[in-house]
Amino acid sequence: MDGGEKVWVELLVNGTIYRRQIEPRRLLVDFIRYDAGLTGTHLGCAHGVCGACTVQIDGAAARSCLHFAVDVQNSLVTTVEGMADDKHVHPLQQAFQECHALQCGFCTPGFLLTADEFLRETPAPTLEQVREAMSNNLCRCTGYVNIVKAVLLAAERIRMLESKNT
Amino acid sequence: MKPAKFEYYAPQTLQETLEVLAFYGEDARILAGGQSLVPLLNFRIMQPSALVSINHCQDLHHLALEAEDIVCGALIRQVEAEHSAVVSQSCPLLAAALPWVGGRANRNRGTVCGSLAHADPLAELTAVATALDAKFMLASVHGRREVLPEEFFLGELSTCIEPGEMLEAVRFPAVGADATAAFVEVGNRQHGFAVVGVAAQLEYEPDGRYRRVRLAAIGVGSTPVRLEVAEGILTDTYGDMATVKEASHAAAIGLEPPGGFHADAAYRLKVLPVLIERAVKQAHAARYEQKEH
Repeated sequence: MDGGEKVWVELLVNGTIYRRQIEPRRLLVDFIRYDAGLTGTHLGCAHGVCGACTVQIDGAAARSCLHFAVDVQNSLVTTVEGMADDKHVHPLQQAFQECHALQCGFCTPGFLLTADEFLRETPAPTLEQVREAMSNNLCRCTGYVNIVKAVLLAAERIRMLESKNT
Repeated sequence: MKPAKFEYYAPQTLQETLEVLAFYGEDARILAGGQSLVPLLNFRIMQPSALVSINHCQDLHHLALEAEDIVCGALIRQVEAEHSAVVSQSCPLLAAALPWVGGRANRNRGTVCGSLAHADPLAELTAVATALDAKFMLASVHGRREVLPEEFFLGELSTCIEPGEMLEAVRFPAVGADATAAFVEVGNRQHGFAVVGVAAQLEYEPDGRYRRVRLAAIGVGSTPVRLEVAEGILTDTYGDMATVKEASHAAAIGLEPPGGFHADAAYRLKVLPVLIERAVKQAHAARYEQKEH
């Protein structure tokens, strides 16, 4: 055996079950893109630095290039496709669009999923906290200023929505 | 790039893990958070025959105060330790260093033991373990042994873990509620690799003198360096500025830091005393924050 034998892997991505036969070396990012056909997640550096491939595993941001699909079975994976509901985009997505927090868009899904976890834990962040939380993802277009603005705007709107709901 | 082929194992217990390790010897690697290992696999710098995932071994997922130590099992993620009450109460240095270890997405998955076993010379946790005389609990099918940091870290990315053996847990000595700590570093990015970093933990006499000082640095050698000379100068003092400065400068004497792309040896020697001073001051100042609560 050289380890190339395919195995059946079942993954729950954005609430949909994907059962596929893959090699154990299949990275989570490649499973998401090629096996599940969800191309919103982007592969950048493939060593965990750039953050473009960031998804959420059981609600916690994680680099999908640094996990093997076979190893995260039984976890809940969320990608950018899972952020919006049928009618509305997520407040973060809306704020990114309004603030021009993206240009080419390659890094954006990673930023969105990173920011989503951050705002759940820190619903009323300071500018410094947002800058620190976004510092682990790279963007070569925007210069980050508008990304920080968008996260702050989204935070405000999410707080408003939640105060309405309670 | 993509990883080379490997056999994948997902044992459910430590015992099963050790059996697979015994079979493959040095051809197997442990997969935990994968934050250091998977980049090496993706670039094919490493091509092990087998990956043994411990992500399903619940018996390695434990973090608790046992006797005098905080025992951290191999499956404890960095973020779990960071948010743990027992760590913030009884191991302030570990709590202070964890936010510096990579970004949140990396800390969500990376493990405390994994970072130590990878032994990157710039890994913050190696300085914590060195400063605290942490005990490394190694296990294989043949039994267990316990080693100290100076035996554990052999060099860059090199430890005393033998083929067939794994780091099962790390024991950090617990301290009383009045101990304080700080971790400081300089680097190009907050969550990037450090150039130099310093870990400091202070324990006090009732009158405020330093009963015990623990200091270690990364970025000034191929393994973390315990700063014993500085510890000696500071112990039994009140940490007045003149003494802190004296200790910080004495610490750099005799060190031979590596060069490197981001900083040369001369810079590292120059920045080390500054960071020691900063770390001791910050740890000392944390005592006042404590008192306010």
